[in-house]
Parts: sequence; C-alpha cells; structure tokens
Amino acid sequence: MIDDTDRALIVATQDGLPLVPRPYHAIAERLGIAPDEVMQRLEKLLASGVIRRIGAVPNHYAIGWTANGMTVWDVPDEAIDAIGAEIGGLEFVTHCYRRPRALPEWPYNLFAMVHGSTQEEVRAKAEVIAGLLGERCRARDILFSSRILKKSGLRI
Amino acid sequence: MPELDAVDRRLIDELQGGFPICAAPYAEVAGRLGIDEADLLARLERLLAQRVLTRFGPMYQIERMGGAFTLAALAVPEARYEEVAAQVNALPQVAHNYRREHALNMWFVLATETPAGIGEAIARIERATGLTVRNFPKEREYFVEMKLAVRT
Repeated sequence: MIDDTDRALIVATQDGLPLVPRPYHAIAERLGIAPDEVMQRLEKLLASGVIRRIGAVPNHYAIGWTANGMTVWDVPDEAIDAIGAEIGGLEFVTHCYRRPRALPEWPYNLFAMVHGSTQEEVRAKAEVIAGLLGERCRARDILFSSRILKKSGLRI
Repeated sequence: MPELDAVDRRLIDELQGGFPICAAPYAEVAGRLGIDEADLLARLERLLAQRVLTRFGPMYQIERMGGAFTLAALAVPEARYEEVAAQVNALPQVAHNYRREHALNMWFVLATETPAGIGEAIARIERATGLTVRNFPKEREYFVEMKLAVRT
C-alpha cells in the first residue's frame, strides 16, 4: 500500500514529469524531500505495479493509427479464459478483457482493442480473431472510435 | 496533424516506456537517440503542445493503490451529444472518453480512489444527464500493452 509521501508524489507527477534536466530533483524540491528518496520511491512504485510504466502516451491518431476498433465477442463463459489468453496474445491486440454482458442489448463478454491505419485494416484483423474463435463466437461487433472526447489520464 | 521528422518518430517509439530513474534521465535518453538534452526537452515540449503526445510521465494503476477502474457507456441522443460530453467530462474521475459508432455511442473510463467511488461517479453522471449508465467493469485482464509504433 502507499503512504502519504507516495500519495504526494503521485499528485505531483500525475500531470507529467517536469521537462527540466533534473526532473526528480525538481519534484523533490516541491515535496520537500531528498531527490534520492523520490527516485527510490518511484522505483518501488514501479516494482510493485502502482506505476505501470514511465513514458510518453502518444495520441494514436497523430502517429498514424487513425482507426481504433473495440472488437467485442460473445464467447462461452466456460471457455473464456483460454480464449482471452489466445486473443490477448495476438500482436495487434493492445488490450483484452473479460467484462460482464448487459442482456439483452449487449451479449458480449470479451473485449479486444484493435488498432490500424484504416477501418479496413481493423476489420481484417477482427476477421483473424473470428477465424481463431470459429464456433466459439456466438455474436460479434466492432465499435470504431470517431472522436477523443477526453484523454487526461488518472487524477487523484 | 503536425509533421513529424525522423527524430520525433524515434523519440516517440523510444519513450513509450522505460524512462530512466536517475539524476539526469533526459540526458541519458538523448544520448540513446544521438541528440542533445536541450533538443530532446524542446521536442517533448513541442510534441505535448501539439497534442501528438497526450502526456509524459508515470502511468499509475489505481487498483494497485486500493482504487478502482471501470469502463462505462451511455446511449446519448444525438441532439444532446455535446451537452452530455461536457457533463461527463466535467467529472475528474473520467480519465478517457471516446465517441464510438454504436447505439452505445459514448464510452468512458472511470478511475476512482476507492471501489465505492465508481458507484458514486455513475450516480452523479446519471443525475446530471438523466441517462442510464451501462457499467462494464473488467472481470479479468488478459493483456494490456498500449505501445504503438509511429506509422506516419
């Protein structure tokens, strides 16, 4: 679990790292702790998974991935873990989750995010998934995103 | 969309993870890219200002801090779309929000500091919009690796 200093560190960095030559020193000064402590705490948060990674988040439209399709699938509950591992292992799937159905309007329990330069490319990749699922797929859809309404990331 | 040069592209690919934790991390990354530190900092500033990068820093997993995440959706009448987008985006708990082409045409991620916060945020959105929120919490994560190479 995290303590108050970790929490202050998270609040100080959730908008991003300072763009100065010694960013961790700048954060340390703001928090009134030693730079080494900032770095040690970040290492620990990274090791424990509280920080998934430190890096840049590109706007995928701006870097050429203009089609983003949330592919959704209705697969048998008893087979979904094996299917999720198989589909999540495909190189073009960036996220893969099991989520609850909302019957009757939403029969899908497996979500796999697929990116491409065009909708055709995303559809072709969805066909690869459909091919792997075969008869285990009972219903499917692709929800293309047409606009980013907000992308600020986490705020505590 | 802004033009990216070869260094921008390499920089974006290089910086999608593994940013060093050391006294002068930008100098270290600049060395890997064969540019100087000041050039790297100027490029990062520009790419963020141009929204080619939406953020740069640690990516936190709120569940590992005792919080919760969920994916939720609304079926928003077209005539009210902008108004509802503003109402939903006004909540700080809304981390991302995308328009998608489906009867459920607004999909957003809620991130809250406590598991109970999810229900509270959903109730607030329902009160503000008069619409029913469909909640799709993840039951299992099979894969997450949001790293896309620059293609432009």
